[in-house]
Amino acid sequence: MTSSADAAVEVSGLTKDFGTTRALDEATFDVARGEIFGLLGPNGAGKTTTMRVLLTLLKPTAGTARVAGHDVTRDPVAVRERVGWVPQEHTVDPLLTVMENMTFMGGMYHLAPAAARHRAAELLELAGLSGQSDKVAKVLSGGTRRKLELAMSLVNVPAVLFLDEPTVGLDIAARRDLWAYVRQISQQGTTIVLTTHYLEEADALCDRVAIIDRGRIQATGAPGSLKITYQARTLDEVFLAATGQELAA
Amino acid sequence: MTVSNLWLEHRVLFGRWLARLRREPLAVVALLAQPMVWLVLFGHLFTKMPVPGGDYLRFMTAGAVVMTTFNGCLTGGVELLFDRESGFLVRMLAAPASRVSLVTSRFMYLTVITGAQGLIILVAAWVMGVRYASGIGGIAACLAIGALFGAGITALSMALAFSLRSHSQFFPITGFASLPLTFASSALVPLALMPGWMRAVARLNPMTYAIGALRELIMTGWQVEVLASTVGALLVFDICCVAIATTAIRRGMR
Repeated sequence: MTSSADAAVEVSGLTKDFGTTRALDEATFDVARGEIFGLLGPNGAGKTTTMRVLLTLLKPTAGTARVAGHDVTRDPVAVRERVGWVPQEHTVDPLLTVMENMTFMGGMYHLAPAAARHRAAELLELAGLSGQSDKVAKVLSGGTRRKLELAMSLVNVPAVLFLDEPTVGLDIAARRDLWAYVRQISQQGTTIVLTTHYLEEADALCDRVAIIDRGRIQATGAPGSLKITYQARTLDEVFLAATGQELAA
Repeated sequence: MTVSNLWLEHRVLFGRWLARLRREPLAVVALLAQPMVWLVLFGHLFTKMPVPGGDYLRFMTAGAVVMTTFNGCLTGGVELLFDRESGFLVRMLAAPASRVSLVTSRFMYLTVITGAQGLIILVAAWVMGVRYASGIGGIAACLAIGALFGAGITALSMALAFSLRSHSQFFPITGFASLPLTFASSALVPLALMPGWMRAVARLNPMTYAIGALRELIMTGWQVEVLASTVGALLVFDICCVAIATTAIRRGMR
């Protein structure tokens, strides 16, 4: 457990009900500053709900969450100013150019026009997209579009970056390319929280993971130490043991 | 929510609406050509109608301006429904930008677009021989009243955009509302020539109020009492529409 001064995300007893369904059941975990943290679980486990509460898009039913030092319920705007997010859905505007998408997002985070353009050029350079600035986004490949979405989520220099299933739908080459970009972002000091159901992805990227199933955190730890605890060879086996599932026949 | 932040938000949001329009050349052509279609088609179809003043084109110029504003604003909310469907809206909601700006930037955009269309109609009608009793200032007043009417319609369109699940429901509803509301107004036919029941409906139609004021400006001149009562009626209409829209938008943004 990290001390709260070093925590980028502190979640305590977080519960979210939708009507009579409990989507999230007293989840508790911390993410240390600078870490890449994975939320692992099957579809409907509560990963996206957790992320939406941390992004201030959903109000928790009970419990507390602090992100980048601010309470998500009491001070949502301060949280929004300090986080970035790449959702599962496509969030580039296909009719705008790469640069227009970037400067649009800059304005939504209150960058002045000149600062937004400067920041955009810097981020496109880092993402290897400098040559594509004036292309209309709808002609980009899936992998390039994802990189643009990542670059867009960094306009405000977020303390914490949330990635929801970042490589779904990408081929292996594009996936590895994106992993390299995520590591690069992490090396610059950004804390990253990602959801995935590719255990290979968690193994490759994450310093620590939380395994979540039916709204409950089943296990938390570094992939390597979870393998030892559960006497498993792969994260797949840890996952199955922690969620109490059998291997599919 | 500082003024400078609101300015930065509106700048990029308004810029996005304009950029999206620019990338659809067909939509730009339709925006420019549609007002002409109203003038040329209806202007010639009903030339024999006994209208006050005797000149049908002059009579229906006011109707063409208000009809164009009505149609533009009625479907104008759908872009926000597209954004809801694609997930772009929720991405914007995760930014610190004010939620109000998302909506007001669309109002601004539709006011500018339908205002430009109205101006095109007024200029085209002038070329076709229509003269304006209230002069150049009257043209500005026509556009201002059009904008006041359009704001309420935009609010209703937004209410729809935030209440429906998909745009496949949106267009049937606006399509269904558009023609009957246009014909049950004084856009194309003077109230005096309508059957009694339709006249009663037309008198409740806010489009009739807007058209009445524009028609006075075009055909008679400055009628301060007519203008004042029209502005008053349209303000009440706008307030009601914005109240409906606010409820729907709040629910839709949750």
